[in-house]
Amino acid sequence: MKFLAARRRHPAVALLLLLGTLVAVTAAWAGISASTSNAAAAYGNDQTQVTKGQQLYAEGCATCHGVHAQGTQNAPSLIGVGAAAVQFQVSTGRMPLANLGSQAARGPVTYTPQEISDLAAFVATLGPGPAIPAAADVNGWTTADRTLGGELFRTNCSQCHNFAGRGGALTNGKWAPSLMHATPTQIWEAMLTGPQSMPVFGDATITPTDKQAIIRHIMELRTDSNPGGLELGRFGPVTEGLWGWVVGIGVLLLLSVWIGARVR
Amino acid sequence: MSFSDKSDKRAVERLLDGASEPEILAAHSVTNVGPQPASGVEHTLRRTDVDVESAKRAERQVAMFFGLAALSFIGFVVAFFAIPKDKTVYLPVIGDTSASNAALGLAMGLGALLIGMGAIHWAKKLMSDVELVQERHEIKPDADTRASAMAQIAEGGLESGLGHRKVLRRSLIGAMALFPLPLILPLLDLGPRPTGQLKHTLWSKGMPIVVDVTYQKIRPEDIPVGGLVDAVPAVLPSVEEATHNLNDRAKAAIILVRMRPGEIRSQQGPNWDYEGILAYSKICTHVGCPTSLYEQRTHHLLCPCHQSTFDLADSGKVVFGPAARRMPQLAITVDAEGYLVARGDFAQPVGPSFWERTS
Repeated sequence: MKFLAARRRHPAVALLLLLGTLVAVTAAWAGISASTSNAAAAYGNDQTQVTKGQQLYAEGCATCHGVHAQGTQNAPSLIGVGAAAVQFQVSTGRMPLANLGSQAARGPVTYTPQEISDLAAFVATLGPGPAIPAAADVNGWTTADRTLGGELFRTNCSQCHNFAGRGGALTNGKWAPSLMHATPTQIWEAMLTGPQSMPVFGDATITPTDKQAIIRHIMELRTDSNPGGLELGRFGPVTEGLWGWVVGIGVLLLLSVWIGARVR
Repeated sequence: MSFSDKSDKRAVERLLDGASEPEILAAHSVTNVGPQPASGVEHTLRRTDVDVESAKRAERQVAMFFGLAALSFIGFVVAFFAIPKDKTVYLPVIGDTSASNAALGLAMGLGALLIGMGAIHWAKKLMSDVELVQERHEIKPDADTRASAMAQIAEGGLESGLGHRKVLRRSLIGAMALFPLPLILPLLDLGPRPTGQLKHTLWSKGMPIVVDVTYQKIRPEDIPVGGLVDAVPAVLPSVEEATHNLNDRAKAAIILVRMRPGEIRSQQGPNWDYEGILAYSKICTHVGCPTSLYEQRTHHLLCPCHQSTFDLADSGKVVFGPAARRMPQLAITVDAEGYLVARGDFAQPVGPSFWERTS
């Protein structure tokens, strides 16, 4: 002790003490954060992504979804919604919500793909939920069975999204959006997570093979030709009737005006 | 009053032969038949009436319309044979469309339009456009004619003896009263009358519930909260194979939805759900459209045909629209292997109402 006591006013002491404190704090932090990083690892995300995602969450999402993602009267809880739900909502521009209405609409995307995956990584740590589908699974649609996809689509999807995927009306101002813009990953995520009014079509009843087939059907619906001419939104009799009455009868009216006009 | 006078006849013939304006007017006043030139309307002559060159030009224009129409129809024949049926072509505004359909439609439509335009142009530029008035006689006949008609009717009644021969009159009324019977009675033979088939479906005790299209069995854990499954009875594919129709599918189609048990406010029977999984008919009780527009947040089921809305969290009762009855619920449970099965048939007939319904 005499050795230490004699040197306690040495100029190097302050430096050594600072170093020692730093090491101790770092070690303690590593021990504390080990539990959270394990949780993150379980969903295949690294700690820096989660930390970044948490920051982005606090800045852009916490106002509505709550500081602890517990939800408020304006927005649902995000605990257990999974990374797939986050990627779907944010990558389609539905979130951050532009304004409170009957339903969030597809819009301009606010976050970069990297930021979206950070956010998704953070929300995945809040509770177990559907993960983002693997690119290899989603890309399987290119070789999937379209006949099966068409049958599944007409049984499970067409009642809301229209038989040609052009969308349709629901109750109280809600609507099923058109499927003409969603990416294959987004379609997969929508089936998996059931965004907003849409029910969940889980992997057990609509298997990944079925999902690939449905996606192929949707992707090819977009490029199908129109043997009869104008597709008019493929909404059926409503737009066809409107076209007939406004354009068809309009042209007939102009023709009758011409027929009745006096010549000089 | 008619064309008996030869000079009148000639005047009318000249009407059809490019007569001049005064001649036309004169001809009409001479014949004194049919429409007469309207008095008090000032008639203005067209350029083609006074200028021979202008009339010739109009004639060439009409001939051009008819000629182009003929070309269109020849184009139709060429397109019919020349364009392969499966060839598509990009048209602005319309997009990708069948080349054959587009060409045939355009050629036929254009040809018909050109014939019509030629005819109208002809009528407007070259045919007579004198304003004419035709008087109509009164519809009501004069007093003499009416009196004579009434007298004939009275005389007919007297001669037939309908007034005083009572047996004859009554037997005729009797025969006429029974005449509709042979016409109405055969309507009873119009097809089989609804018996049990409207009241029963393929569902029975222990019938496995399978996913529609893929026909795989379902475990309760396969359906997440908020999930929707369009399902049918496991026996359906073999029944369809045997009957070659979709009648049984039209009655037995159901949807499975899952909510948190706390969200279910009421059901049509005690514990007809299985751990929050509810099975409801997919067939609207209004006119029988398939309804599976299920909103997982509100638990509302919407029918796309007439917007009937059912609340599946509240025993499927109607919350909006023309449907009069709630959506029938199917009681379900799991079998020994853990697959979802029905606990029996629907307790009430599914689909739209019918006269013989008792519930």
